[in-house]
Amino acid sequence: MPDRERTLRTDVVILRRQDYGEADRLLVLLTAGHGKLRALAKGARKPFARKAGHLELYALVDMQLARGREWYTVREAETREPFLALREDLVRSSYASHFVELIDRFTGEHDASRAEFELLVSSLERLCTSADPRSIARYFELGLLGLAGFAPSLHQCAIGQEDVQPQDQFFSPPDGGVICPNHHAGLDRGLPISLPALKVLRYMQTQPWKAVQGVNIGAALHLELERLLLAYLTYVLEQRLQSVEFLRRLRREDG
Amino acid sequence: MSQAIPKPVTQLVEAFSRLPGIGPKTASRLTYYLLRAPDELSQTLAAAIGDLKAKTRTCSICYNITEEDPCPICRDEAREQGTLVIVEEPLDVLAVERTGAYQGRYHVLHGAISPVEGIGPEDLKIRELVARVQAGGVLEVIIATNPGMEGDATAMYVQRQLVPTGVKITRLARGLPTGGDLEYVDSVTLLRALQGRQEM
Repeated sequence: MPDRERTLRTDVVILRRQDYGEADRLLVLLTAGHGKLRALAKGARKPFARKAGHLELYALVDMQLARGREWYTVREAETREPFLALREDLVRSSYASHFVELIDRFTGEHDASRAEFELLVSSLERLCTSADPRSIARYFELGLLGLAGFAPSLHQCAIGQEDVQPQDQFFSPPDGGVICPNHHAGLDRGLPISLPALKVLRYMQTQPWKAVQGVNIGAALHLELERLLLAYLTYVLEQRLQSVEFLRRLRREDG
Repeated sequence: MSQAIPKPVTQLVEAFSRLPGIGPKTASRLTYYLLRAPDELSQTLAAAIGDLKAKTRTCSICYNITEEDPCPICRDEAREQGTLVIVEEPLDVLAVERTGAYQGRYHVLHGAISPVEGIGPEDLKIRELVARVQAGGVLEVIIATNPGMEGDATAMYVQRQLVPTGVKITRLARGLPTGGDLEYVDSVTLLRALQGRQEM
């Protein structure tokens, strides 16, 4: 049931924003309890706008919103956590873009749950403090896939349903997970997945971040995990991921 | 749209609706205003819109919008050759010019990097900027992109590209706006203002 309150006060993360009219900004917000909303920040581009500094992308903001006919209107905004480290490091800010892009594509208006909001906020916090964003990204992607109902099957063969054995397998996005070598025989789909990659993905899917962050993952394994999950995400969303292209470009330029 | 509305009216309403910030209601209001206004207003407006594309181009040096190429600022030999201010949009050039304090030249990127929106470095005039600096004569690049997430990302990316050239790279200071109110300032702006405080 849609919420019919005239005003609501909630924590939000600003996912996207665009200039609107003479001096306004139209925001796409992920709220703590009311899903994804669009809200108009009137006068936010005026030189002395009091709210302007509190409407920064990817910031966690305590916001008071008033329901309008089409969108909400921002009444009050106070930054709770600006995630400053994201604005001082291009790679971290690009990973934040990737998270926000995925959240935006996986959720329709009003339909995101509180769990998605908490996953995004905790992942942005981790991005600010952790040295290596890759594990954070994979953990976020698996978490979001799970919340959206697309958790990949990693313990049973996605075709035969029998328990997968400790050996190299195949990962098939159209089948929604791992396929054992027996069922893969004769199929023209499925990416090879090494046993270490399967073990890390299983661990990430079932363990809290506190345990996952201590796992030591080599560069080659990181690349394999990224390739598998991005192939799955692209299949589920039926769209190319824009922020990933930019991250790959940065990596190429860094040699 | 209803068949009762003449086609020229619906055409203009639809054309106005395609402009940023103009919805169907505003588009209708503008169209019916022009219908009632003297003919001269419509003719002046139509001619101005025609000239906008026909008589302007981008400067082949700084990529600002200009009537003549190179633009008056790039042609002006009295301006400092060694300093470039990097801005996102042509309107930002006007903002810096209004200060009357800058005598160098510009480079207009025509946007800011926004991976979520699919705007990457190849969509901006960054490669042209690097070539311009590599050609020599530029001593300092002042990055004046907007102080937000996209402007920051653009500034960091431009910096990465320019570091190998050895040019001096600076960025506009950030802090409290004149006439502002400390009580309403966000924590990031206040932090920057504290970091950039100056001895009196």
